[in-house]
Amino acid sequence: MAILTTEGLTYTYSAGTPFEKTAVDHVDISIEDNTMCGVIGHTGSGKSTLMQHFNGLLKPTEGKVFLEGKDIWADKSRMRDVRFRVGLVFQYPEYQLFEETVYRDIAFGPKNMGLSDDEIRHRIHETAQMLGLTEDMLKRSPFALSGGQKRRAAIAGVMAMRPKVLILDEPCAGLDPRGRAEMLCQIRDYQRKTQSTVLLVSHSMEDVAEFTDKLLVMSKAKLFCYDDTAVVFRRAEELKALGLRVPQIASVMGALRKCGYDLPPDLYTVEKARDALLSLLRKGAAEC
Amino acid sequence: MLKDITIGQYFPGDSVIHRMDPRFKIVCTLLLIVTLFAGNSLWTLVIGGVFVLLVQILSRIPGKLLWKSLRPILPILLFTAVLNLLFVGDDEVLWEWQFIKLTMGGLQMSVFMIVRIILLIVGSSLLTYTTSPILLTDAIESLMSPLKGIKFPVHEMAMMMSIALRFIPTLIEETDKIMSAQKARGATLDSGKVMERIRALIPILVPLFVSAFRRAEELATAMECRCYRGGEGRTRLRQLKAGARDYIGFAVSFLFMAGAVTVNILSK
Repeated sequence: MAILTTEGLTYTYSAGTPFEKTAVDHVDISIEDNTMCGVIGHTGSGKSTLMQHFNGLLKPTEGKVFLEGKDIWADKSRMRDVRFRVGLVFQYPEYQLFEETVYRDIAFGPKNMGLSDDEIRHRIHETAQMLGLTEDMLKRSPFALSGGQKRRAAIAGVMAMRPKVLILDEPCAGLDPRGRAEMLCQIRDYQRKTQSTVLLVSHSMEDVAEFTDKLLVMSKAKLFCYDDTAVVFRRAEELKALGLRVPQIASVMGALRKCGYDLPPDLYTVEKARDALLSLLRKGAAEC
Repeated sequence: MLKDITIGQYFPGDSVIHRMDPRFKIVCTLLLIVTLFAGNSLWTLVIGGVFVLLVQILSRIPGKLLWKSLRPILPILLFTAVLNLLFVGDDEVLWEWQFIKLTMGGLQMSVFMIVRIILLIVGSSLLTYTTSPILLTDAIESLMSPLKGIKFPVHEMAMMMSIALRFIPTLIEETDKIMSAQKARGATLDSGKVMERIRALIPILVPLFVSAFRRAEELATAMECRCYRGGEGRTRLRQLKAGARDYIGFAVSFLFMAGAVTVNILSK
């Protein structure tokens, strides 16, 4: 079932001034429930602008956004409700922490939802555990945490609202490789556990290749495609023409295929490539 | 909403006014302001108005933008007008009700005041719209350089001004971002009682201050790393040089203002 749908969504910044710029141009898309979806595109391709339409932070210049089949702009008084159901984590969310303790900061969103204290406590502990924040950290000031922990605390603040759709804008920017992998695993576990939809904006093809089921590709304010990750990476040449890379391993496999090796076309993670190469080698050994 | 703030907002263009030496523009604007407030005849204001209109046409700044810079001061305008209307008076009473008296003098005064303030705001907005903040501070530094003689830290002040101006858009952007982020967590900023509204500002102000301090520290470090040691012996990338255009512009403005003052004296 589609959870988020847009129809002819268009957004123009600073309309009527010399700085006018169309950031999203007639985007029609339908995102399914319970998916892990990657969002990729060049810098300035309109990814972030598109994401801010999904929870009504930006009002489309033209077109409509539907959440579970309902136009989110139909009734403005219910906009807050929309924001609780579509959680948005901006880039570098650690700069939005403000409370005295991490616990209270995470509680800000759930409190705004009007949940009971017991429910809030339960959600915070569950979310903290999912993101690897210890009990001890919850009691500390968010400003006393390390960069990666701050980032987790900020993401927890949105996750604790248990939105139907969670949008994460570059959640791994500036983290070291181990931190990245950890964070992405935690996000995937969250998605599986809550059966919700997660939109993951990223610049790293390796990350989206490994962790997402679907890919949404933006290019020059337009939707280039929205399809299964495997299907998208099969269009390697087109992606390159857009200035996007495919995962390194996919390039290597593509080159091997061109040399005449019998490899399937959708090898875009290291694990799958390894298995395919091993079986190829075994076949070769058997033939000898 | 925050994008409506127009202080120091530069509207890029390539008109005669844009290219004029910023020092001359500042002096001309000051002349205009002094004339507007020194003169008290109708003709002074008419000449001032024609001058402002002329500059606006030459600079090709859309009237809509000027209206945007006027809008925030509308309440002040209204307030001044009412005050003048009620408290300035002469013998020519137009209308009376209990202790309220409207007089011809008061009416004239309040209309003059409104026109003056409008011309003042439009005139100075034209200056900031046509001059980039960097040029503006360069010009102020240059105009104030005689004060160095009395040990006034002119360069430091100009540097602080450029930094402040430079960071206004950055901080506005940052505020916008923080507001969006907190709204996404269900913060309500535009409804509720006064106390609730003030409380709702905390999630915005705390991160904003934290980031402003962080930026200040980073900037200070970056300046230190580039061996910044104040203005002494520093040369400039952009040298301000006055040319024929600037002298002509200044002469025209000066003639306008001289005309306005003369008319003012003659009409007495």
